[in-house]
Amino acid sequence: MTRSQLVQRLATKKTSLGADELERGVKYMLKNLAARIARGERVEIRGFGSFELRHRHAREARNPRSGHLVHLENRFVILFKPSRELCHEQMITPKRTTAACEQTT
Amino acid sequence: MTITKADMAQWLAQEIGCSKREAKEIVNSFFEELKEALLRGEDVKLTAFGTFEVQTRQARQGRNPQTGDTVTIPERRTIRFRPSQALRILTRAYGR
Repeated sequence: MTRSQLVQRLATKKTSLGADELERGVKYMLKNLAARIARGERVEIRGFGSFELRHRHAREARNPRSGHLVHLENRFVILFKPSRELCHEQMITPKRTTAACEQTT
Repeated sequence: MTITKADMAQWLAQEIGCSKREAKEIVNSFFEELKEALLRGEDVKLTAFGTFEVQTRQARQGRNPQTGDTVTIPERRTIRFRPSQALRILTRAYGR
Protein backbone atom coordinates (compact mmCIF):
# COMPACT_ATOMS: atom_id res chain seq x y z
CA MET A 1 0.00 0.00 0.00
CA THR A 2 1.24 3.47 -0.80
CA ARG A 3 0.51 6.83 0.73
CA SER A 4 -2.01 7.78 -1.96
CA GLN A 5 -3.83 4.46 -1.61
CA LEU A 6 -4.02 5.01 2.11
CA VAL A 7 -5.40 8.50 1.58
CA GLN A 8 -8.01 7.10 -0.78
CA ARG A 9 -9.16 4.71 1.89
CA LEU A 10 -9.40 7.60 4.31
CA ALA A 11 -11.42 9.60 1.81
CA THR A 12 -14.07 6.92 1.59
CA LYS A 13 -14.53 7.15 5.35
CA LYS A 14 -14.23 10.88 5.80
CA THR A 15 -16.91 12.17 3.52
CA SER A 16 -16.66 15.75 4.74
CA LEU A 17 -13.21 16.22 3.26
CA GLY A 18 -12.10 15.75 -0.31
CA ALA A 19 -9.32 13.40 -1.34
CA ASP A 20 -7.19 16.35 -2.48
CA GLU A 21 -7.42 18.04 0.87
CA LEU A 22 -6.66 14.83 2.71
CA GLU A 23 -3.69 14.18 0.46
CA ARG A 24 -2.31 17.64 1.18
CA GLY A 25 -2.90 17.24 4.90
CA VAL A 26 -1.28 13.81 5.14
CA LYS A 27 1.70 14.98 3.09
CA TYR A 28 2.20 17.92 5.39
CA MET A 29 1.83 15.74 8.46
CA LEU A 30 4.49 13.28 7.27
CA LYS A 31 6.81 16.09 6.26
CA ASN A 32 6.60 17.58 9.73
CA LEU A 33 7.03 14.21 11.34
CA ALA A 34 10.16 13.50 9.30
CA ALA A 35 11.65 16.89 10.17
CA ARG A 36 11.02 16.40 13.88
CA ILE A 37 12.44 12.88 14.00
CA ALA A 38 15.54 14.06 12.17
CA ARG A 39 15.93 16.81 14.74
CA GLY A 40 16.22 14.17 17.43
CA GLU A 41 12.71 14.48 18.82
CA ARG A 42 10.95 11.36 19.97
CA VAL A 43 7.61 10.52 18.37
CA GLU A 44 5.20 8.24 20.15
CA ILE A 45 2.00 7.03 18.53
CA ARG A 46 -0.07 5.20 21.11
CA GLY A 47 -1.13 1.80 19.90
CA PHE A 48 1.23 1.90 16.96
CA GLY A 49 4.83 2.51 17.91
CA SER A 50 7.55 5.04 18.52
CA PHE A 51 10.41 6.58 16.58
CA GLU A 52 13.63 7.88 17.99
CA LEU A 53 17.22 8.53 17.02
CA ARG A 54 19.94 6.26 18.30
CA HIS A 55 23.61 6.92 18.24
CA ARG A 56 25.92 4.49 16.50
CA HIS A 57 29.64 4.54 17.19
CA ALA A 58 32.12 4.76 14.40
CA ARG A 59 33.33 1.32 13.33
CA GLU A 60 35.09 -0.56 10.60
CA ALA A 61 32.74 -2.62 8.49
CA ARG A 62 32.91 -4.62 5.31
CA ASN A 63 31.04 -4.22 2.11
CA PRO A 64 29.40 -7.65 1.96
CA ARG A 65 29.58 -7.74 -1.81
CA SER A 66 33.16 -6.71 -2.45
CA GLY A 67 34.64 -7.52 0.94
CA HIS A 68 36.30 -4.13 1.12
CA LEU A 69 36.87 -2.57 4.50
CA VAL A 70 34.91 0.64 4.94
CA HIS A 71 35.03 3.13 7.74
CA LEU A 72 31.69 4.13 9.23
CA GLU A 73 31.70 7.44 11.09
CA ASN A 74 29.77 8.22 14.23
CA ARG A 75 26.18 8.46 13.16
CA PHE A 76 22.54 8.42 14.15
CA VAL A 77 20.00 5.91 12.95
CA ILE A 78 16.22 5.96 13.24
CA LEU A 79 14.78 3.30 15.45
CA PHE A 80 11.16 2.27 15.13
CA LYS A 81 9.72 0.19 17.91
CA PRO A 82 6.28 -1.30 17.30
CA SER A 83 3.95 -0.91 20.28
CA ARG A 84 2.89 -3.85 22.37
CA GLU A 85 -0.70 -3.45 21.17
CA LEU A 86 0.38 -3.68 17.56
CA CYS A 87 2.42 -6.76 18.37
CA HIS A 88 -0.31 -8.48 20.30
CA GLU A 89 -2.80 -8.36 17.53
CA GLN A 90 -0.92 -10.82 15.40
CA MET A 91 2.12 -12.54 16.76
CA ILE A 92 4.33 -9.67 15.90
CA THR A 93 7.38 -9.50 18.11
CA PRO A 94 8.43 -6.14 19.47
CA LYS A 95 11.91 -6.60 18.23
CA ARG A 96 13.93 -3.44 17.99
CA THR A 97 14.44 -2.81 14.36
CA THR A 98 16.95 -0.29 13.26
CA ALA A 99 17.43 1.09 9.86
CA ALA A 100 21.07 1.71 9.37
CA CYS A 101 21.89 4.81 7.49
CA GLU A 102 25.08 4.57 5.55
CA GLN A 103 25.88 8.11 6.37
CA THR A 104 28.73 10.09 7.80
CA THR A 105 27.96 12.45 10.61
CA MET B 1 8.94 16.92 24.33
CA THR B 2 7.61 13.78 22.80
CA ILE B 3 5.47 14.28 19.73
CA THR B 4 2.08 12.58 19.84
CA LYS B 5 -1.01 12.23 17.70
CA ALA B 6 -2.36 15.43 19.24
CA ASP B 7 0.53 17.38 17.69
CA MET B 8 -0.07 15.74 14.35
CA ALA B 9 -3.76 16.64 14.51
CA GLN B 10 -2.82 20.24 15.14
CA TRP B 11 -0.55 20.35 12.08
CA LEU B 12 -3.31 18.83 10.00
CA ALA B 13 -5.96 21.29 11.20
CA GLN B 14 -3.59 24.14 10.42
CA GLU B 15 -2.78 22.94 6.94
CA ILE B 16 -6.24 22.10 5.65
CA GLY B 17 -8.33 24.30 7.90
CA CYS B 18 -10.55 21.64 9.41
CA SER B 19 -11.70 21.43 12.99
CA LYS B 20 -9.42 19.92 15.61
CA ARG B 21 -11.90 17.19 16.24
CA GLU B 22 -11.97 16.23 12.60
CA ALA B 23 -8.18 16.37 12.43
CA LYS B 24 -7.94 14.02 15.38
CA GLU B 25 -10.26 11.56 13.69
CA ILE B 26 -8.21 11.64 10.50
CA VAL B 27 -4.96 11.03 12.37
CA ASN B 28 -6.55 8.13 14.21
CA SER B 29 -7.89 6.57 11.03
CA PHE B 30 -4.56 7.11 9.34
CA PHE B 31 -2.73 4.95 11.86
CA GLU B 32 -5.65 2.52 11.99
CA GLU B 33 -5.38 1.97 8.21
CA LEU B 34 -1.63 1.65 8.46
CA LYS B 35 -1.93 -0.92 11.18
CA GLU B 36 -4.60 -2.91 9.37
CA ALA B 37 -2.50 -3.11 6.22
CA LEU B 38 0.48 -4.36 8.21
CA LEU B 39 -1.63 -6.93 10.01
CA ARG B 40 -2.85 -8.16 6.62
CA GLY B 41 0.82 -8.67 5.83
CA GLU B 42 0.98 -5.81 3.36
CA ASP B 43 3.98 -3.48 3.19
CA VAL B 44 3.21 0.21 3.38
CA LYS B 45 5.28 2.74 1.52
CA LEU B 46 4.94 6.37 2.52
CA THR B 47 6.70 8.63 0.05
CA ALA B 48 9.34 10.95 1.53
CA PHE B 49 8.98 9.23 4.90
CA GLY B 50 9.74 5.54 4.76
CA THR B 51 8.51 1.99 4.31
CA PHE B 52 6.98 -0.32 6.88
CA GLU B 53 7.65 -3.95 6.07
CA VAL B 54 6.35 -7.11 7.62
CA GLN B 55 9.11 -9.61 8.12
CA THR B 56 8.73 -13.24 9.06
CA ARG B 57 11.25 -14.80 11.40
CA GLN B 58 11.54 -18.55 10.95
CA ALA B 59 10.82 -20.92 13.77
CA ARG B 60 14.02 -22.01 15.46
CA GLN B 61 15.38 -24.04 18.33
CA GLY B 62 16.21 -22.04 21.40
CA ARG B 63 17.07 -22.82 24.97
CA ASN B 64 15.49 -21.85 28.22
CA PRO B 65 18.47 -20.11 29.83
CA GLN B 66 17.33 -21.11 33.32
CA THR B 67 16.76 -24.81 32.83
CA GLY B 68 18.78 -25.45 29.70
CA ASP B 69 15.83 -27.21 28.05
CA THR B 70 15.55 -27.05 24.31
CA VAL B 71 12.43 -25.25 23.20
CA THR B 72 11.02 -24.51 19.79
CA ILE B 73 10.50 -20.82 19.18
CA PRO B 74 7.58 -20.58 16.75
CA GLU B 75 7.56 -18.55 13.59
CA ARG B 76 6.80 -14.94 14.30
CA ARG B 77 6.54 -11.63 12.58
CA THR B 78 8.14 -8.26 13.10
CA ILE B 79 7.67 -4.88 11.56
CA ARG B 80 10.66 -3.17 10.12
CA PHE B 81 10.79 0.50 9.29
CA ARG B 82 13.16 1.70 6.61
CA PRO B 83 13.47 5.45 6.40
CA SER B 84 13.34 6.90 2.92
CA GLN B 85 16.40 8.43 1.31
CA ALA B 86 14.94 11.87 2.04
CA LEU B 87 14.54 11.14 5.73
CA ARG B 88 18.05 9.72 5.96
CA ILE B 89 19.47 12.85 4.42
CA LEU B 90 17.59 14.90 6.99
CA THR B 91 18.96 12.72 9.80
CA ARG B 92 22.50 13.13 8.55
CA ALA B 93 22.62 16.72 9.74
CA TYR B 94 21.88 15.70 13.32
CA GLY B 95 24.71 15.69 15.83
CA ARG B 96 27.12 17.59 13.67
